[in-house]
Amino acid sequence: MTDQPSAGSGEPIGPVTMLATPIRLDFDFTPGVAQSRFLRGLERGTFLGQRCPTCHKVYVPSRGTCPTDGVATTEDVELAGTGTVTTYCVVNVPFAGQSIEIPYIAAQVLLDGANLSFMGLIQEIPADEVRMGMRVEAVWVAPDELTPSLASVRYFRPNGEPDADYDTYKEYL
Amino acid sequence: MADSDVLHAKHVLEYPYSRSVGPVIGAFLTALRDGRFVGVVGSGGSVIVPPTEYDPITGDDTGELVEVGPGGVVESWAWVSHPRRKHPLAHPFAWALITLDGAGTALLHAVDAGAPDALSTGARVTARFRPAGERVGSMSDVEAFVLEGGAAR
Ligand SMILES: [Zn+2]
Repeated sequence: MTDQPSAGSGEPIGPVTMLATPIRLDFDFTPGVAQSRFLRGLERGTFLGQRCPTCHKVYVPSRGTCPTDGVATTEDVELAGTGTVTTYCVVNVPFAGQSIEIPYIAAQVLLDGANLSFMGLIQEIPADEVRMGMRVEAVWVAPDELTPSLASVRYFRPNGEPDADYDTYKEYL
Repeated sequence: MADSDVLHAKHVLEYPYSRSVGPVIGAFLTALRDGRFVGVVGSGGSVIVPPTEYDPITGDDTGELVEVGPGGVVESWAWVSHPRRKHPLAHPFAWALITLDGAGTALLHAVDAGAPDALSTGARVTARFRPAGERVGSMSDVEAFVLEGGAAR
């Protein structure tokens, strides 16, 4: 209760009308070996994936195993920061703690060379011009602001290439 | 990859809700801020504590507010040997259902009894309120209940 006058304030006090009921969970989080490797990659300004030795798919971020083959993924693959918007959503709803202006775009981006799409913001383009198949590139924070966190990727923006053919990403929707 | 490269971080998930309490629970919380308890008279004449806007059995509007407590009787209890960070007391205590004097329903709160063998079902307890300047209109304005006649820390 922070918005109630205290009984010791000397001010006239009205009846209690509001109650603060925060819900708070504190986690000690460890991403484990595989995702730590991915996050260390972000700290260097790169997307680091891993290839399955059996099906040769590249996962980013990798969980350390292939979910299809059940084998460890051991080969690191450094991916370019370019990719294709496979699907997206226009966010028009304001909420507490929102750090960007609405409307904004949350998109699934299939990085070139990866077999798993990746959630990212799309900026530097009006929301109503974003489309499936749009080619984008990652915009990173300044080198001295890189951290082992997805916050190192500011957003993706159009890179000027022609839209990708639907067949190139239809398996990733 | 060296163990030292495996990351570790503190994450916090928090929803800062606040809710409107309405006239009846508002009266209960206002009374707590004043260092007292109030209940509300239900359809059958029994006093409901904490008060509700509607009788839980008949669904009718409840009646007038009446003062109850601050003493009461322990109906049942469970001992907490190892309090967690968000528990009301940092040392071992009991969660108890307490029927305040004048009330027809029991209220859940902590009993600061010192040790489990000091507490029993049917024991008389009384509320230990926080000092007036620290009370804000919340259940935690009652720090804990204590055994009547002492034994609490
Ligand atoms: Zn595989």
